[in-house]
Amino acid sequence: MSAIRALGPFPGDRAGGEAELAHTCLYYMALMRELEDRIERKLYRQGKIVGGVYVGRGQEAIPVGTALVAGEDDVLLPAHRDMAAFLIRGIPARRILAQYMGRVDGPTHGREGNMHMGDMKLKLVSIISALAATVPVAAGCALALRYQGKSGVAFSYFGDGATSRGDWHEGVNFASVQKLPVVFICNNNQYAYSTPLSAQMACANVADRGPAYNMPAEIVDGNDVFAVHEATVRAAAHARAGLGPYLLECKTFRMTGHSAHDAAHYVPTGMFDEWGKLDPITRCEARMLEKGWASADEFEPLRAAVRQEVDDAVAWAEKSPYPDPATLLDDVYERRE
Amino acid sequence: MSTTYLEAIRQGLWEEMERDPNVFLLGEDIGVYGGAFKVTAGFFEHFGEKRVVDTPISEAAIIGASIGAGLMGLRPVAEMQFADFISCGFDQIVNFAAKCRYRWGASVPMVVRAPSGGGIHGGPYHSQNPEMWFVRTPGLKVVAPATAYDAKGLIKSAIRDNDPVIYFEHKGLYRRIKEDLPAGDYTVPIGQAKVVREGRDLSIITYGAMVWVALDAADTLAEEGASVEVVDLRTLLPLDRETVCASVKKTAKALLLHEDTRTGGMAGELAASISESVFEYLDAPILRVTAPDTPVPYSPPLEDAFLPNAQKVIEKARWLVRY
Repeated sequence: MSAIRALGPFPGDRAGGEAELAHTCLYYMALMRELEDRIERKLYRQGKIVGGVYVGRGQEAIPVGTALVAGEDDVLLPAHRDMAAFLIRGIPARRILAQYMGRVDGPTHGREGNMHMGDMKLKLVSIISALAATVPVAAGCALALRYQGKSGVAFSYFGDGATSRGDWHEGVNFASVQKLPVVFICNNNQYAYSTPLSAQMACANVADRGPAYNMPAEIVDGNDVFAVHEATVRAAAHARAGLGPYLLECKTFRMTGHSAHDAAHYVPTGMFDEWGKLDPITRCEARMLEKGWASADEFEPLRAAVRQEVDDAVAWAEKSPYPDPATLLDDVYERRE
Repeated sequence: MSTTYLEAIRQGLWEEMERDPNVFLLGEDIGVYGGAFKVTAGFFEHFGEKRVVDTPISEAAIIGASIGAGLMGLRPVAEMQFADFISCGFDQIVNFAAKCRYRWGASVPMVVRAPSGGGIHGGPYHSQNPEMWFVRTPGLKVVAPATAYDAKGLIKSAIRDNDPVIYFEHKGLYRRIKEDLPAGDYTVPIGQAKVVREGRDLSIITYGAMVWVALDAADTLAEEGASVEVVDLRTLLPLDRETVCASVKKTAKALLLHEDTRTGGMAGELAASISESVFEYLDAPILRVTAPDTPVPYSPPLEDAFLPNAQKVIEKARWLVRY
């Protein structure tokens, strides 16, 4: 079932919505964590994932808190650590697993791997590996939304490293000049592969880049799903009102190497422990208890249900066949009868 | 009334914008100013700022935004002020636009207009023919019209196509050639070469401005008794190898001509295709006339030495005819 249809565009606005939103956030963060743990720590090591693996462990609050704000008219351009955005937008876990395994039932039918997928019917644009390149594309999606008279917003995702690229600046500048409805969502996880922020940029925050484009820029606690959600509602309202783009810098930490083959020895000792204490799932659960939105005995059944969902998805994906080599030449161009 | 090559592009753009409200233009100085070459003069006044978008000097943003708009169902036509500057948006074209359909099944209807070519003393940054950067990128379509008729028909086909098309328009032809065009709507199919002059003794296979050089050379050679066939590729990707090979099969001799530089140029691919398909019909080696492997120089004597011309074609053609 598509989560978009299941939840409606603004679950937080409904009566009693806060508790329901919290449960939804927790579910998607737990699902993303379990799915990526399974991919990185089990299936990859078993040799069942045929290519690279890049996970968003510790960053789950960002795709969840933002994508749950997106409505049907909104367009999402997720990056490679935004697994939950795909799930929320309606791509089921089993098809994502088939994609990682190179099977025909993945969204790209074996043409692409890992997070490189999209579906314009779900208004979900596939990432470009050189991530900053999606920023001008997001501006173009937003231009089209305005051109078509729709109230949609483009959600453009990237990391801190992408903001060093020229096309990031070109895209942000174009969106600002044209006052396009874009929410730029930076997951500042402090490392671009092995390159720390200090070697990436001379300013302290990605948000410091905002004023150069006359664009509001907000620093958000990227490990607090409620803070991310609130800020996204604010940013989307600004963009939707025709006031131009809005930048959210979600501060977080990449609780893993760049990819499954990277042990991240370059990360100073203690940083994983320090950030581990700020785990977004643990914090979400704590908040839910504190607010009386859930009782402590509800969490284990949720985790068990998520594990079961991923078990089933893995079994389904493993049954999916590999693509037929005879399809190699198909779809380079539109098929014409 | 005779229509210039430039006016033919204008007409094609104008008629497509009138026909389909999803077609819009974006680029540098194309709106209020009307474009560096005035191809879009008057469009802003008629269609308004929504459909004729003046952009910052940001080729990656122009092309990236075109892709985004195309994904959303619009039909953007992006202008590169000079084809030379397309390199600034190269990644967007070759890594994203070209691969969307194959990677994830998404259509990117988009046209990038690229004013290319030398002979106008534009120097190394305003004269290049960068078509082969794109011809070896599966997923793109690349066209290079030589006539006003094809310029109009191909811009229309490019706009209506659901795959990204790079449209090379030769600056040297803008106001130099003209012809009478049909009154009504017509298109020229992408992917079809055309025999523009029939002959028996030799095939010159070329495209863009060099079609006119080939025709000049053919006139002179005809006076010497040689019957030369000229094939205008019109589309460079997907390449119409059938028309090329059919011509060579008939004449048994091939002279490959392009304004682009030599190594890795279209001539190499054509030579390989001819050799693979119709080698047994060949009565002579396949020869090339191309620009040398240098940047395009500025000063007239240097640029004249750089560019292929009728005399260079005639010399090679004579040798082939005698062979």
